[in-house]
Order: sequence, then structure tokens, then C-alpha cells
Amino acid sequence: MTDALLPSEFSDLEPFAAKWSLATEQERYMERLSSSMEEMQALYDAVTDRAEEAMAYCDKFPLDDMPADALNLMRLLYSMIMVSFPVEVWGQPRIPDTGAAYLDLLVEPIP
Amino acid sequence: MARYPKPPEGSWTEHYELGTEPMSYEDSISPEFFELEREAIFKRAWLNVGRVEQLPRNGSYFTKELAVARTSVVIVRGREGEVRAFHNVCRHRGNKLVWNDFPKEETSGISRQFVCKYHGWRYDLDGSCSFVQQEQEFFDLDKADYGLVSVHCEVWAGFIFVNLAQEPEQSLTEFLGPMVTALENYPFHLQSERWFYRSPVNANWKLYLDAFQEFYHAPVLHARQTPPEFSAAAQQAGFEAPYYGIDGPHRVVSTAGIHPWNLPPNLLKPMEILTRSGLFGPWDAPDLNFEQKPAGLNPAECDPWGLDSFQIFPNFVILIWGQGWYLTYHYWPTSASQHIFEGTLYFVPAKTARERVAHELAALSFKEYGHQDANTLEATQTMLESRVLDRFPLGDQEVLCRHLHKVAGDWVDDYQRELAEAKR
Repeated sequence: MTDALLPSEFSDLEPFAAKWSLATEQERYMERLSSSMEEMQALYDAVTDRAEEAMAYCDKFPLDDMPADALNLMRLLYSMIMVSFPVEVWGQPRIPDTGAAYLDLLVEPIP
Repeated sequence: MARYPKPPEGSWTEHYELGTEPMSYEDSISPEFFELEREAIFKRAWLNVGRVEQLPRNGSYFTKELAVARTSVVIVRGREGEVRAFHNVCRHRGNKLVWNDFPKEETSGISRQFVCKYHGWRYDLDGSCSFVQQEQEFFDLDKADYGLVSVHCEVWAGFIFVNLAQEPEQSLTEFLGPMVTALENYPFHLQSERWFYRSPVNANWKLYLDAFQEFYHAPVLHARQTPPEFSAAAQQAGFEAPYYGIDGPHRVVSTAGIHPWNLPPNLLKPMEILTRSGLFGPWDAPDLNFEQKPAGLNPAECDPWGLDSFQIFPNFVILIWGQGWYLTYHYWPTSASQHIFEGTLYFVPAKTARERVAHELAALSFKEYGHQDANTLEATQTMLESRVLDRFPLGDQEVLCRHLHKVAGDWVDDYQRELAEAKR
């Protein structure tokens, strides 16, 4: 498991990490727009199920000095939040009635 | 049946003597009016260009494109820590001084001096010209006469403002007035975790200000953002603000809040419960170490308190949330029918993963709502431009929209009157 992106305790989420453990909000938003509802529902179901444990795990590290696998887990939590709008309210990747509008996040806290 | 008492005149609109007749939106579609706004408003008012945290060290700088005034400015922290602003133009042959790759894109960094990319003229951080390439080739040139063109620059509560007038008619604090300067002691400086959004919007700058200075639209336009039970209750109730304030050209609307953690789960989204966060911010508010609540905040003394949105003329908004964070909006006009919208969120920096996750949902919620607002504006702009209609009824919850358009008109009238007098 040397190639694992996530801590071993979260190996059940490993299948989602390559697609969704993305560093920036912009990348996560683009991934949302290009994903199917089935893909997002699967991510949402899997990560919400482990979210409490994942937050407790990440809380053990200082934010500015997180091991790479914990950081990937944080980013998976961010992606869970990113897909929550399509899954919980919109029923589609894009915000309804927003045409070609975009609102880019150019500066965000790291991590 | 009003939930909150109205002023003795019966309405906020009459209280502030703004007239109750239907309003024209010609000022938002007329290219001629926009040309006047450039001179009458944006070259005369104090404009916020950012915060001191964006200049962390001596020599830190950033540029700001002010297309509405057809200029670019560079804001820099000098050797003694003082903040200065200059027109971003080389004194030699007018090249833009500070830029990277794309001349029209904003940039930031840290430097000991500014060097023009064209012929290598150099300027100290205080704007003085320090080096001319092949100086001996020039004719009676004294470098002391060729410093950068300075722009009036003042800082209030960590917010950096510039004024493009030769001589501003008022100091920054006089311009801001007592309603805004009452916020002086609010701990803006503690909230340095910054999220910066930008969006080009196909609508006049005042239309987006209007969208965010009334919440009459919120239960309708944003209905689908919340569970059906919540949306139905919100639409049934409608929106009422407990307080609207006006001070000179500036405005404030204050709203009551909710304690989401006390709501039944069917009124919340699962993600809000999971992350203890949402549009109104993290449920677990940070300790902002108020010795005393700043006098200007929560004027109606709501408990729970939602937010205060201060609309600082012409194009700057500071919105302070009851949950211990704040955001700013800027609306930078580029034409009569277009502007650049900037939204910046500020939190006390997250110390734990859990806090950081809560910020992520608050920030994404802002983005989801903002998208809906921005796209609706394009739908408004295009039909205003049809001129099928020329009078629009505004309700009392839209009192601040009325005030903005009146003030913009007043400033343009003043400018035209002064111009006419100068010609006499």
C-alpha cells in the first residue's frame, strides 16, 4: 500500500482519492461540473459516512504541517462539500439558472 | 402585518425622504450617464482598493486596475512602513510600470524599487526617480522632476482607500462619516484568512449593489438552496429588515439571524449539520475578543443577530456577520452594462481541520448564492435596455436601492453644475 494516497484507516475511501483529492477549489469545482450525478452521489455517500472520523483524524495535526495523506483526506472532505450542493439540492452539477456565469476563487487559504 | 416597527412616518422610504414614486433605471443603461459617473463619482470619491494585510512587509506592493477611471494604481508599503499609492505609469514615455505577462492583469509582490520594463528607469518605493538609463543623453533632465505621480491614499481600520482627485474635497474619515467610522474598533485585523472571488458581470455596477442591498429577493431567488420546508416558511414570512440606516452617501441594512443549531433537522441540509456551518457562517463562532461591541453594529439589537451590510459609496460593501466573520464586495465598472465583481471573505484563521472544513462550506455557500445573483443581473440588464418599461415600483424593503440611485444622480448633477459654472 505504498502508493496509497490516504491514511490506512481510510482505505475504504481510497478509490475516490485520485479523482477528488484536489488541491484547489477551482479544480474541485471543475471536477464537479464534469462529473455525473452517480459519481458525485457515490463520493458523497462514502465520505459523509466517514466524515466525523476523518475530521477527528485531521484534527490531530497542525494545519500548516499536515502529512501528505492527511492533507489528501482534508481535500476529500472539501470535495464532499463541493458535491453536496448537486446532491442535496440541485440534482445537477451546475447551479440552476446560472447560464455561463462564473465566480472564480483566486485566493484561498492553504491548506 | 409588520414584524418590526417602522419609523413614525410609516415607512423607511418616507422617513429618509426618498420619494415613493416608481423609479427610472435610465442611469443603469445610459452610456452617457456612465461617462459622467467616471468623472463625477469615481474620480472624486474615496475608493477602497484593499487591506493592509495585503502589504505584509516594507516593499510589499499590489496593483489595482481602475478601468472606470482609465488608470491603474500601484499601492506600496515604503521603507518606514507607510502606505502610498501612485499612478502605475513610467514618467519617461508612459509605459505601465508594474505588471507581469499581461499588462491588464493585476499583480503583487515585494520589491526594493520599481524598474520600467521598457527603458529601465527606476523608482524608489517613495516614488522618486532614482535612475535614468543613459541619463547624459537627455536634455536638462532633473530626476527630481520625474517622480511617480502620486495618488491620495489613506487608511482607515486597515482598509486602504485612494482618491483620484487633484485635491479630495474631504479627508477619508470625513467622507466615511460617523455611521461607518463607528466600526473603527471592530477586529477586522484578527480576520486575516482571506478568500478572494472575482466575476465579470454583464450588468451595470449599480444593479449588483441593488441585488445585495435588499433581501426582498432572498426567499424567492434562493428558494432552492434550502430544504423545501425551510423555503416554504421563508416565502410565507417574506423578508423584513429591522433597521435601515443612511448617513450621507452611505447606507446600512441590518438583519435578524437564526441559530441553526436550534432548528429541527428537516429545515437544514445534511452538510450543514455535518460541518456545523452554512451561508451564515460557522456555527461555532470564534472569540473576537470584543472589549465592547463597536457602537455601529447590530443597531436594532437583534438576538440572534444576522448581519449588518454597510454600503460605502460608491462601490464598496463591508458585510459583518453575527457569527464572527465578515466579507467585502467591490463593483468595478468597465462600461455602462458591465462590471467586475469582487467578493472577499475574511475569517479568523482556522486553527484546526474542523474549523477549516466549516469555512469551506461557508465559502462554497457564498459562491452558490453569488452565482444565482450574478446571472439574474444579466437578465435584468438586457430587459432594462429594451426600454419597454421606464418606471419601476420599489417597495420599502428596497429603500436602499432608491438611495443609491439618488446619490449617484446627485453627484452627477453636482459635477455638471460645477462644470457649467467653470465655463461661465
